[in-house]
Amino acid sequence: MTVNVLPPATAVEDLPPDPHQQAPLEPAKRKKHRSPLAYLLVAPAALAELLVHIVPMVLGVWIAFITLNQLSIANWVNAPFVGLRNFVTALDPSSPIAAQLYGALGRTVLFTVIVVAIAWSMGMLGAVLLTSSFKGRGILRTLFLVPYALPSYVGTIAWAFMFNQRDGAINRFLVDDLGILQDRPFWLLGGNSFWAIVIVTAWQFWPFAFLMLLAALQNIPGDVYEAASLDGASLWKQFTQITLPMVKPANAVLLLIMSLWIFNQFNVPYVLFGPASPEQATLISPLIYQQSFNNWNFGLGGAMSVMLLVVLLIASAFYIRMVLPKGQHDD
Amino acid sequence: MIETRGFKVFRFFGLAFLSLVVVVPLYVVLTTSIKPLADVQGLFTWIPSRVTLEPYVQIWQTVPLASYFKNSLIVTISATVLSVAMAVLAAYSLARLRFKGQRSFSLVVLSTQMFPGILFLLPLFLIFVQIQRTVGVQLTGSYLGLIITYMTFSLPFSIWMLTGYFASIPKELEEASMIDGTGRLGALFRVVIPVAKPGIIAVAVYAFITAWGEVLFASVLTSKDTRTLSIGLRAYASQQDVYWNQLMAASVVVSLPVLIGFMLVQKHLITGLSSGAVK
Repeated sequence: MTVNVLPPATAVEDLPPDPHQQAPLEPAKRKKHRSPLAYLLVAPAALAELLVHIVPMVLGVWIAFITLNQLSIANWVNAPFVGLRNFVTALDPSSPIAAQLYGALGRTVLFTVIVVAIAWSMGMLGAVLLTSSFKGRGILRTLFLVPYALPSYVGTIAWAFMFNQRDGAINRFLVDDLGILQDRPFWLLGGNSFWAIVIVTAWQFWPFAFLMLLAALQNIPGDVYEAASLDGASLWKQFTQITLPMVKPANAVLLLIMSLWIFNQFNVPYVLFGPASPEQATLISPLIYQQSFNNWNFGLGGAMSVMLLVVLLIASAFYIRMVLPKGQHDD
Repeated sequence: MIETRGFKVFRFFGLAFLSLVVVVPLYVVLTTSIKPLADVQGLFTWIPSRVTLEPYVQIWQTVPLASYFKNSLIVTISATVLSVAMAVLAAYSLARLRFKGQRSFSLVVLSTQMFPGILFLLPLFLIFVQIQRTVGVQLTGSYLGLIITYMTFSLPFSIWMLTGYFASIPKELEEASMIDGTGRLGALFRVVIPVAKPGIIAVAVYAFITAWGEVLFASVLTSKDTRTLSIGLRAYASQQDVYWNQLMAASVVVSLPVLIGFMLVQKHLITGLSSGAVK
């Protein structure tokens, strides 16, 4: 799992100048500024980003307009240009592939909403309960971070073991220990497979919400709560009237980051199901992977990628407009 | 917050619930890893019939775990070292020097983090294929391709975190050193880097964790000989007859390095992770 953090670019250049050091060093400093050294130092990072992120992103758009399959891949530079044909295949409502794409998009939105809701609620619960100090707080905080620190595939393999239909821990608990169910349900096939990825993804991501919210809560001065409780505000009221409004800025960023990660989720379905997810659990990233690397239709995968990019850009821009106050989003 | 009795009861049950959610899967992994094979061939049992460390020994024969380990270590350590080195240089430039395009550089680097790996995977694969064809440098199925890819994954976060870290170091320290005759670079290596060590270590651990658990790019860019732990263990987990006790033992073994690293730098990482979002 990559931990992607989207910070509001800390503008270092806005730091106030240091008045008493300025005078004697002024000439030397002037010379140093805009020196070739500055470029030299960022060059390696810039080149690496260019090679692995920027150029592929541009090339990705090109791929969507060519026919790229097993035969043409070795010589993809000369692969035939087909205009919008890949987009037509991917979007034409009557084609089965488009049906898959729309299905996966809708499912991924639903998946994102549910997982973010669960992860946020659990994170908030944990953060609120661990804000005040008591014995064992440090241990619990570390414990809660374990699912997040664990390699994603390890957590997912453990869940795959527990979800086993014939003799897994979950069916043992539900059928043999509790007796709630008569038959052993399949968790990794059919409709339940959707809930399997929901559970595993929420399990892995809630500690991140917890971490962010805990940090945000610690910035709320304690006397605000004291004043409120002296005024007779109930704990619930304190939560809705003080806690929630105070963490709003942190929340805005947190929800954006989490939504993007979860919307783009690949690891969990890939480790649970392998390269091809069951239809009821096919998310958008695994679908593009499947089209590209299982069906060897890279052009189509490329067209789907471009669509995904457009959807993400529009959704993020819309969200940033709506949630972040003016001036905070344009740097 | 003034804690009423009701709040304390609520806290107890709330924390108990969250702890259970976290602990049950961990408990399953740990207990399964010390079960004899017979225990994992029938219905799941909550308590091992006897405790054995055999799975921890046998797994090295069942799958080429040592080879996966070696591959993961080579790729992860190389990517971490390169990523941290590049991040230190770039962050220092951002924190202390001025150059044209500074803002757009930060913005572009950070925004690459927003987009899913699947968008880069396919074109990157093609670029690697093309480089292979024209220059002859093996980039798919080799360590090199994976190293280049992984080193950029943690780069944006590392640059961002270290820029803040460097900016918070008093300039006087460097200036004193520069007056003594060391240049900018001398000041960076002799003053700034030693002072920023905790931040650099935290960033390194972060880069390590990111690369260690990566699945998507490894699934395409590795071959049979360069398979990393994530791909090797996943492939084994999807087989017909899995020795689950051994697989769980392997899971424990591969998790330990990152868990220990995470615990060690927890504080720095948390500050770094949260400071940007909280502001």
